[in-house]
Amino acid sequence: MTKLSSKHLLGIKNISREDIDLIFSTADNFKAVINRPIKKVPSLRDITIANIFFENSTRTKLSFELAEKRLSADVINFSAGSSSVKKGESLVDTVNNILAMKVDMVVMRHPNPGAAMFLSERVDCSIINAGDGAHEHPTQALLDAFSLRERLGDLTGKKVLIAGDILHSRVALSNIFCLQKLGAEVAVCGPSTLIPKHIEALGVKAFLNFRQALEWCDVVNMLRIQMERQDIQYFPSLREYTMQYGLSRQLLDEVGKEDIIVMHPGPINRGVEITSDIADSEYSIILDQVENGVAVRMAILYLLAGQANSAN
Amino acid sequence: MESRSLLNHESLNHTLDRLAYQVFERHLNVSELALVALQPRGTFLGRRILSRLKSMYGTEDIRYGELDITFHRDDFRRRDEMLVPASTNLDFSLEGIHIILIDDVLYTGRTVRAGLDAMLDYGRPANVELMALIDRRFSRELPVQPDYTGRVVDVVTDETVKVKWSEDDTNNEVILFSSTKHDEVK
Repeated sequence: MTKLSSKHLLGIKNISREDIDLIFSTADNFKAVINRPIKKVPSLRDITIANIFFENSTRTKLSFELAEKRLSADVINFSAGSSSVKKGESLVDTVNNILAMKVDMVVMRHPNPGAAMFLSERVDCSIINAGDGAHEHPTQALLDAFSLRERLGDLTGKKVLIAGDILHSRVALSNIFCLQKLGAEVAVCGPSTLIPKHIEALGVKAFLNFRQALEWCDVVNMLRIQMERQDIQYFPSLREYTMQYGLSRQLLDEVGKEDIIVMHPGPINRGVEITSDIADSEYSIILDQVENGVAVRMAILYLLAGQANSAN
Repeated sequence: MESRSLLNHESLNHTLDRLAYQVFERHLNVSELALVALQPRGTFLGRRILSRLKSMYGTEDIRYGELDITFHRDDFRRRDEMLVPASTNLDFSLEGIHIILIDDVLYTGRTVRAGLDAMLDYGRPANVELMALIDRRFSRELPVQPDYTGRVVDVVTDETVKVKWSEDDTNNEVILFSSTKHDEVK
């Protein structure tokens, strides 16, 4: 298989295992490219990409921009904070105005779930979802799985725990879909108020006790508490949350996990969901995730750009 | 589809020997030489030339790399099928040394153009020579000429030349096909 099944990357839910394998094998090549003295290839030199961010982002935006530049694409950046969106322009109008300037692809982050899907049905270019509300964040899930594959090889039967604020996390949902498509077992863990109802329907185990969950898993992916999305109080205090669900060396020692892999999609709240010494420890692959993010995003951009034209 | 053998296993072996001897003749100092084969099909030729040169120079220490040119091609987004990259295995710098770029069939010259471009990511060589097992000399679209040629083939545009390399190196062959599309030949 040499082609993605879709013109867009809207979520992991609607791509296939073959798509994921193709993205990974292409990302292997790009990882070699970004570790060379000259980290740039000319593949996308005739393409313009718009990064449209209706929500704050540091890592994802930088990673996409770097991936685009390493592929020699022209890049324009747009942040909602300083735009006509504040003057009442609709999403489709905003994007169509950008496309009228001859843009070939759009990378979009938006606070509303389904925004990328909505846009893909209304405009004529490839859309990459860089996070839509609490729905999906496909590139993060792909880079997480790519980083795990690099450490563990085949993920079939591997046990991955996603711990923290599952309810507000787009990373959690995309990770669940992606890891399950790769054959891994997935569980979530957090306070009952932060675990979505009926999550078992996705084939996911739900733990309320962090220690039991750690005993079960091979890999733990720690999520941040998303204060900005929390409209009501979901737990009594951050201190109590840390006591119950914070990952520390003491806890890992007690559980006796010597070969556990610790992941975090960032941004880290050190001392809340994870202690500094674990975030910087030999268990952690947090910085590998960031490095692989560029390679995986290069692969996605390359594959989508390559077929965008053949569809015409 | 008609096919005709241009070089059988034995004559192909003689050609490989001659190509290796030509390199040996021109390059006295092996420490300043490196072979760079183009992925995917140039590597079959590259590895065979490398093993011959090792016994001629009497050393295992000859630099050899395999270069993927997919990301440097000029037909990305201009063809129906997706370009699938292969791996690049080049663990030395090309700065200031003599390079022999190796591919099996030289056709339009576009692959070699991309190869020259891709090579620059690894340094500025002292000079670059080109080796092609088969030179389809009347099909060129860019001004590229080989320095070492196995066999020059004059074919019309609806004919293709394919080099078949067997895994165990006992039955290699160069075949000319008539009335087919140019799918394997670049």
